[in-house]
Amino acid sequence: MKKKLMQFVMGTAILGLAMTTSAAGISSNVVKIGVLTDMSGVYSAIGGKGSVVAAKMAIADFGGKVLGKQIQLISADHQNKADIASTKAREWADTDHVDMITGLLNSGCALAVQKIGTEKKVITMATGAGSTTLTNEHCSPYGIHYVYDTYALPKVAGSAIVDTGGKTWYFLTADYAFGHSLEKNTKAFVKSHGGKVLGQVRHPLATADFSSYLLQAQASGAKVIGLANAGGDFINAVKQAREFGIVQGGQTIAGMLVFLSDVKSLGLDVAQGMNFATSFYWDRDAASRAWSKRYFAKTGAMPTMDQAGVYSAVTTYLKAIKKAGTDNPDTVMKTMRGMKINDFFSINGHLRADGSMVHDMFLVEVKKPSESKSPWDLLKVIKEVPGNEAFMPLSEGSCALVK
Amino acid sequence: MHLSYQMVLAQLMLGLNNGAFYAILSLGLAVIFGLLNIINFAHGAFYMLGAFVALIGYTKLGPLLGMPDFHMNYWAALLISPLVVGLLGVLIEKTMLKRLYKVDHLYGLLLTFGLALILQGIFTNYFNVSGTSYNGKPEILRGVVNLKFMMFPTYRLWSIGLSLGVCFVTWFAIERTKLGSYLRAGTENPGLVQAFGVNVPLMITLTYGFGVGLAAFAGVVAAPIYSVSPIMGSEMIITVFAVVVIGGMGSIMGSIWTGLSLGMLEGLTKVIYPPAANTVIFFMMILVLLIKPAGLFGKEQ
Amino acid sequence: MTSVNRKLWTALFLLGMVAPFLLYPVFVMQLLCFALFACAFNLLTGYTGLLSFGHAAFFGGAAYITGYLVKNTGLTPELGVLVGTLAAGMMGYIFGILTIRRQGIYFAMITLALAQVVFFIALKSPFTGGEDGLQDIPRGMFLGLIDLGHTYHIAGKPLELNLYYFVFAVFCLGFWIIHRAIHSPFGQVLKAIRENEPRAISLGYKVERLKLLAFVLSASLAGTAGATKSIVFQLASLTDVSWHISGEVILMTLLGGLGTVLGPVVGAFTVVTLQSELSALGSWVMVVIGATFVVCVLAFRRGFVGEVLEKIRIRAIKHNE
Repeated sequence: MKKKLMQFVMGTAILGLAMTTSAAGISSNVVKIGVLTDMSGVYSAIGGKGSVVAAKMAIADFGGKVLGKQIQLISADHQNKADIASTKAREWADTDHVDMITGLLNSGCALAVQKIGTEKKVITMATGAGSTTLTNEHCSPYGIHYVYDTYALPKVAGSAIVDTGGKTWYFLTADYAFGHSLEKNTKAFVKSHGGKVLGQVRHPLATADFSSYLLQAQASGAKVIGLANAGGDFINAVKQAREFGIVQGGQTIAGMLVFLSDVKSLGLDVAQGMNFATSFYWDRDAASRAWSKRYFAKTGAMPTMDQAGVYSAVTTYLKAIKKAGTDNPDTVMKTMRGMKINDFFSINGHLRADGSMVHDMFLVEVKKPSESKSPWDLLKVIKEVPGNEAFMPLSEGSCALVK
Repeated sequence: MHLSYQMVLAQLMLGLNNGAFYAILSLGLAVIFGLLNIINFAHGAFYMLGAFVALIGYTKLGPLLGMPDFHMNYWAALLISPLVVGLLGVLIEKTMLKRLYKVDHLYGLLLTFGLALILQGIFTNYFNVSGTSYNGKPEILRGVVNLKFMMFPTYRLWSIGLSLGVCFVTWFAIERTKLGSYLRAGTENPGLVQAFGVNVPLMITLTYGFGVGLAAFAGVVAAPIYSVSPIMGSEMIITVFAVVVIGGMGSIMGSIWTGLSLGMLEGLTKVIYPPAANTVIFFMMILVLLIKPAGLFGKEQ
Repeated sequence: MTSVNRKLWTALFLLGMVAPFLLYPVFVMQLLCFALFACAFNLLTGYTGLLSFGHAAFFGGAAYITGYLVKNTGLTPELGVLVGTLAAGMMGYIFGILTIRRQGIYFAMITLALAQVVFFIALKSPFTGGEDGLQDIPRGMFLGLIDLGHTYHIAGKPLELNLYYFVFAVFCLGFWIIHRAIHSPFGQVLKAIRENEPRAISLGYKVERLKLLAFVLSASLAGTAGATKSIVFQLASLTDVSWHISGEVILMTLLGGLGTVLGPVVGAFTVVTLQSELSALGSWVMVVIGATFVVCVLAFRRGFVGEVLEKIRIRAIKHNE
């Protein structure tokens, strides 16, 4: 009995091995792109299914093939949990032979996946995460930080607001690493432009009621209340600031990380007049409009900078493969570093040695309801900031890959 | 942070606002627990559902019915939303919970946990998780009131008053009316009450419907203050559980008082040590359980 | 009966030995970690009748402690797991003192609240890495000799065999301890307490002390599972201490069969596989998991394994008649 069982088990084992070998053979004949994003959690409106649609569009626009080989797309939900993200990325690398992973909406997930990318030689193009550590202490030869970071956003928005008279600041900061980093960087720019920081209050992640914190900010008398948080926290804080008459009382609210979906959720009535920095706005120029309208036709919403960034990242990656004539990650990375990245999303973009994709950033203002002509006519671009001014100079960085 | 007398008062008012929501929710839990012996894990989901019924009624119902200008207004939502959700509760009790009365009560907790996941999952799929604004706040409740020590939004004042009113009416109905006495007797000895000709199964069904209707009511009242989001319930429910445990499970007055005072405690924490705001209630709970294991208002078993 | 049992165990053991060649090894390791976690949970809930809604505290707490020590003090993985286990046991003792007198729903709620406090500590402590979690935990050298991070390439397939057999050994050891505990006189008394506590008291058993012991044992082994997971995934994060994990382990155990030896293993395999297979569905996964809960509670409370055992029992009774 035992012998038979043994035979059966060994037989299955050999069969299993044989099957995976043949699968590996096919896998080298396709280029596989993975979209790993938040499909169910707090950031699903920023990335989510829209990011998958954007990646699909990029592949279709490229003709579905590169160097005569099929391009395949796989996607999964990382639920904003670093362990799920890392498990999925590892599995994709080991069994699906994925060549590039994009998306990655929070820093914890992006760090974990970039780590695995380094180990398994898989290129990662983070479009949703903000942490500058991705291109500094944790930088990787295969890791690209594509859309924005917690240095560029406050640099653009913080400096501009101080320069236009917002000299005193009070911060409402989400009490976790991302919020702290945003707060720290913004403070530095505020001070270097001659502004003053009067104080800050740290609130727990996913706070429903901001009224207590807002009252503290109001009592500080600061001209600007800087919100170093994101998503639902940002929306709640802005809404309630209006409820308590803080904006009417002469204080300005400044969001340090704002996505188009947040403005849409708040509505112009509440958000009007607010300035913030972004990498992308759909109504910026003819090219961005043309693409965004196609995207809108598929999803019913205009793209956030993350979703547009996914399209651009996938396209850039495919172009690099075509140019390099191979999907070998080392060669592709080298090719990408030598490319100019210019498309509807990225203007004057180039990839630096530390993995940062440096491109022009924009200071935008939320329109008044009277200025808006259509449901998605939400922002106007008031200033364009060249990438080299917006992003952290290589000399200030701490990436070990930069000599 | 120096605490001025005004600041403390202001924070207490804001805490009272949150506390009023805790009170309604834990009240509903207590009523359900009292009669059905079930911890209703789906309570947060029904709270979320209540807010969504108001939101959908305001933004989507009109276009759905072919009348793009039609909005179900706030006052209608206050009535309709608890009814709709209460009916759903009745349905759930009739088809599912009913089968569990003969087995361990923990299965009720597990079943409602599953229901909460289903509801939350469905809404996450169709609505923005970051929250959607509910813009149906009536004109009369907009603006701010001068309370001398602070400018307080009119709507929040209304929501405190309304919630306290509902809590009081519920308490009165259960503790001071004949119907309530059946209910309380049903908790103690269902067999005997049945023998007196009271339809106990019907009473149980209606109680569940009423309890979750209360949660939906809180959802509607909360909608104009917070963003309406699929996860608003799951964030709330764990805190409300702690409130119920501190107050003493099943005690109606206990849950009202504990809800209000813990809301205020939380409000003060937000000034003194903000990062602990979400956890102070759990520390409180451990403290209370060490001193009074049955909760502040509960009876020892 | 025993010979059937022995054959079953042998077959399962062999299956575990060849599993990394049949399935993706990291996935199997994940299954084993959660299976051990569910078995540990079952020891408390299935055999003692106390429903804990806070087991994530032990699972995640141990993951953090092991991860931190292995990463920062160069502790070898097996010692790391051992320390994690002991630490979880200590936490279990503290939880136990506070909760053991409570029953049923009270017990569930209080364990939940205590676990929330642990979550808060994990969120605020400087050593846990906040919401990024503790990343980059090295796999290290087993006994200082064998490199657990080594990857073999067999037929073009990357296989982390050293790590796999380490995890499998930990699982077997944990499972064996639980199995022994259940079938010892101690386990028999626990069952007696579950069935009829006053009677157990009147028979002179120190019920509270026994329950506390069960709690500590269950917490320790849940810690073993979490500690091992942190070595496998090189990561300990807030997810591991969140109440969702406490809910998931209940689902696993319930689905497989409360109070059965193999039930939690089957349940854990089912849930982890479902989550992995359905992960592209996004939020619908939550709906599927929720529906599974509902169907399980309504239709088969005994769980997969429990239902099968019940069928066998009924057949045996009929046969005897």
